[in-house]
Amino acid sequence: MTEDEVVARLRPGMTIGIGGWGSRRKPMSLVRAILRSGLRDLTIVSYGGPDVGLLCAAGKVKRLVYGFVSLDSIPLEPHFRAARQAGAVDVTEYDEGMLQWALYAASLRLPFLPTRAGLGSDVMRLSPELRTVTSPYADGEELLAVPALPLDAALIHLNRADAAGNAQFLGPDLYFDDLFATAAEHAFASCERIVPTASLLAEGGIASLRVHRWMISGVVEAPNGAHFTSCAPDYERDEGFQRVYAAAAADPEQWASFAAAYLNGGEADYQRAVAARAAAARAAPS
Amino acid sequence: MSGATRAEVCAVACAEAWRGDGEIMASPFGVIPTIGARLARATFAPDLLLSDGEATFVAGCWAVGAPPDGPAEGWVPYRAMFDLLAAGKRHVMMGPGQIDRFGNVNISAIGDFARPARQLIGMRGAPGNTVNHPTSYWIPRHQPRTFVPRVDVISGVGYDSAAAAGPAATRFHDVRRVVTNLAVLDFRSPGHRMRLVSVHPGVSVADVIAGTGFDLAIDGDVAQTRTPTAEELRLIREVIDPDETRRGEVP
Repeated sequence: MTEDEVVARLRPGMTIGIGGWGSRRKPMSLVRAILRSGLRDLTIVSYGGPDVGLLCAAGKVKRLVYGFVSLDSIPLEPHFRAARQAGAVDVTEYDEGMLQWALYAASLRLPFLPTRAGLGSDVMRLSPELRTVTSPYADGEELLAVPALPLDAALIHLNRADAAGNAQFLGPDLYFDDLFATAAEHAFASCERIVPTASLLAEGGIASLRVHRWMISGVVEAPNGAHFTSCAPDYERDEGFQRVYAAAAADPEQWASFAAAYLNGGEADYQRAVAARAAAARAAPS
Repeated sequence: MSGATRAEVCAVACAEAWRGDGEIMASPFGVIPTIGARLARATFAPDLLLSDGEATFVAGCWAVGAPPDGPAEGWVPYRAMFDLLAAGKRHVMMGPGQIDRFGNVNISAIGDFARPARQLIGMRGAPGNTVNHPTSYWIPRHQPRTFVPRVDVISGVGYDSAAAAGPAATRFHDVRRVVTNLAVLDFRSPGHRMRLVSVHPGVSVADVIAGTGFDLAIDGDVAQTRTPTAEELRLIREVIDPDETRRGEVP
């Protein structure tokens, strides 16, 4: 599939989960395709990074469900901050472990999973729909019942996949990409390279094959598709580009020229502009 | 070797937070806590587990900002980290935007949550950390803007909030220590109100009171924070932070 074909399967108002973590291995080419689309009023579920920022800046988001939003090496995401400080999006802010539990419960078709996380904090005040559950056993503990969070769709980016949707992570952490996929009605995986099934073990061991074809509805080959987030070992985060992004995001005028340079065309235009920027940076090292 | 700087005193005070913790993961956030955790393991807390900041437990002692040189001990992706924190095998040191007298902390948003004056990073793991395992805090600028009577958003659970939430919240709740550029504080006082434990060399009790936006528990004469040993200074200066990045947090 192409990115645009994936986006054609999405609808306004959907609840969409986005894999990765902060500014790490985000399905950015799929996010960029959403930016170009007519989708709106989305509920976005994410361990948030620039995916959340870009979608907020483009006015695509009605509600965010997240544990944090960060660019990692730059702690705070400027577009997300601006959206929050303008009251532009509704939010459900969870403890990050609660978010895992919500996706896991949906994956297991359970109504909720109990946890200690959130008790005593303002998570419960700010999400008044949350309920506690009392252990039916002798301990009688009253725990937070994290409700299942089923997704209409999930978008994840991995290093390799076969055409059937068996996808492989080669970096240090799968994050919760498998849970995003299994919590979703339809999950779409982009990857750096589509390889024959017989080649999947050429670069990683069997434990790297944690996303299986039964979880995945479509595969997109997207070289450099996580840019500017990291996709180790294929590439690290483009810190220089991220700094440009963050600086532009903090200023409306700069943002307009950033968008004109990088976001107003298609994915191929984006990748060309990024490559040209990298070549210029190599020619004139700062 | 010359006398210790304030940053070095702070690093040792952070290290002391993990004394006696045994075989658990030390999770420092910030430069000074990172120096402290590595120092603790290199000296009096050898069983601590330390991550490379990504997904690997690493042995040895290495410099801030450099890749670890010790061998990998284990694979700890976030999922494994969430499991071990719920098992209580972790002592985190986080850096809050606000903290109050009962140890509630805010890393979420300043002002009204519905439309905050300043959005911060979000709850992250603070709610779960604080009700599951020991939690300490590092505050590089001890000021009333940070030490507030009431935090705007409770991300990390303090003693009063845990008690109000009931036994499931208090069972493993343990806000251990607060280290700042001026002092060391804890909650070992009647009602678990924040208590001044020691002031760093060159700091007066009045300085700490002036930097705190609520009344501290102070019993009797306040001790002075201990100074680094010669071996601790050598480790900080030659092994753990040769580039003096610690001065960026505490000038």
